[in-house]
Amino acid sequence: MFVRHLQVSDFRSWPHADVAFEPGASVLVGANGQGKTNLVEAIGYVATLGSHRVATDAPLVRHGAERAVVRTAVVNEGRELLVELEITPGRANRARINRGPVPRPRDVLGILRTVLFAPEDLALVRGDPGERRRFVDELLVLRAPRFAGVRADYDRVLKQRSALLKTAGAARRAGGSGDIRTLDVWDGHLARHGAELLAARLDLVTDLAPHVASAYAEVAPESRPVRIGYRSSLGEALPPGLGQPGGARADVGLLEAALLGELARVRAQEIERGVCLVGPHRDDVDLVLGEAPAKGYASHGESWSFALALRLAAYQLLRADGTEPVLVLDDVFAELDRRRRQRLAKVAADAEQVLVTAAVAEDVPEELAGARYDVHEGEVRRVR
Amino acid sequence: MYEGPVQDLIDELGRLPGVGPKSAQRIAFHLLAADPADVSRLQEALQRVKEGVMFCEVCGNVSEQNTCRICRDPRREASVVCVVEEPKDVLAIERTREFKGRYHVLGGSLDPMSGIGPDQLRVRELLSRIGQQVNGVDISEVILATDPNTEGEATATYLGRLLREFPGLTVTRLASGLPMGGDLEFADELTLGRALSGRRAV
Repeated sequence: MFVRHLQVSDFRSWPHADVAFEPGASVLVGANGQGKTNLVEAIGYVATLGSHRVATDAPLVRHGAERAVVRTAVVNEGRELLVELEITPGRANRARINRGPVPRPRDVLGILRTVLFAPEDLALVRGDPGERRRFVDELLVLRAPRFAGVRADYDRVLKQRSALLKTAGAARRAGGSGDIRTLDVWDGHLARHGAELLAARLDLVTDLAPHVASAYAEVAPESRPVRIGYRSSLGEALPPGLGQPGGARADVGLLEAALLGELARVRAQEIERGVCLVGPHRDDVDLVLGEAPAKGYASHGESWSFALALRLAAYQLLRADGTEPVLVLDDVFAELDRRRRQRLAKVAADAEQVLVTAAVAEDVPEELAGARYDVHEGEVRRVR
Repeated sequence: MYEGPVQDLIDELGRLPGVGPKSAQRIAFHLLAADPADVSRLQEALQRVKEGVMFCEVCGNVSEQNTCRICRDPRREASVVCVVEEPKDVLAIERTREFKGRYHVLGGSLDPMSGIGPDQLRVRELLSRIGQQVNGVDISEVILATDPNTEGEATATYLGRLLREFPGLTVTRLASGLPMGGDLEFADELTLGRALSGRRAV
């Protein structure tokens, strides 16, 4: 697939921008602060309904404007769809497909699939587990959009159950008994939605693992081998082998039973502390370099290669599923040494469409010298 | 910002559910220009709603008397009780004209984030109702018709567990699935998945 046209209004620094793209490589060149990244961020937003730079929508709307609009024309196997998103902070976004409104914005998920690699991705290796959970969940939704709903249901149940634990814990500390009659009910719902999310994540990591190992070997052949594995808050209660390279498929029923068992086991502790201690919201993905965890042990260059390998693996996995995602490389060439640049360019040159941003045109390897756009003072001009 | 009473009215209207700042402004200026008789009718209606409306002692629905019209009606089956969250849900089910039984209004759903547990809902009233006969008839079926969202589902599960303790009582949950007149291809996966798991023999 490829993005044929991007139009934004009041998005980030852009009052208005209108860019036509073609399949193959497109390079957006401009000095820092000219808004190159904002344009690819808008494309990423249409694919994931989230930004790769900020957690909330407010910074996406141009200062002083009420709402931002992003319009993309996406061509997938010869068929073009127009996706429009209206982003209003503090309110539900609105979405239209081919000018027809859809009931929920998440209905647009799956139309555009992107894999975006940016300097922020260093946090995948060095950051908190939440960064890796987000990476896995975003990929999950790209592969099967229905998981946006599963994830939303799980989050809702989790919030309700946490609220109950908090009040019960506070009441107990104050000397009362706390009202936990309904806790069994919330346990049941948490385990049901949680098992569905957990099973999908485990299978995803199993599928992704070989791609990560090979992508890393390709980007950094001189380095030690890497592997990834899913770390569940179920610990010992998780059936062995799941979420590991070459692991078995996860069974939702078994996981639901395991979650219920663990919830029962830690119940007293949960009420004591007033937080929900078991479930996919406390999980992580182990990134291992050689024999040591990458976090803390990997050098700066190795961390970069690992982050890049995760993104390239996601790209290869989506390709293996039969869709050609749009590859977005945001400001990354400046961060890579010459050899890694070349290896990345080799992979990217194959993509149906790759969008690259760079402050200096010379940073971009020759393989990606397709269309070139200059971004300067609120204007995007095609120069090649 | 407008001055004085007009802005006060806009602020008050804006607090109502479903009324945004633009609508509040529009309603306020409509009232300003309206016939005084119309405004005083509205005023009276507002007054009466707080003073004259009671809640049915039996089912908890809004009522003009101690018991509501449905609970007083001897033609309604006393053996089937439909449990709903809000009075407006009673109206929704009544519009179907399919249901001949009686209702029980909980007054909400389990919602720990808003501090609503079983004690804030009319759960105890429901349980004591099931033990009692009405016109010599026992309650034999309870239909759980809470909303099909996270809180409504949790409430239904909770009530289902409590009601299991009553021997001979049938507890059912509203089916969830495809809307009539809809297309299969446009149904979302959750709805379609539920419709599949809740399929029935023909």
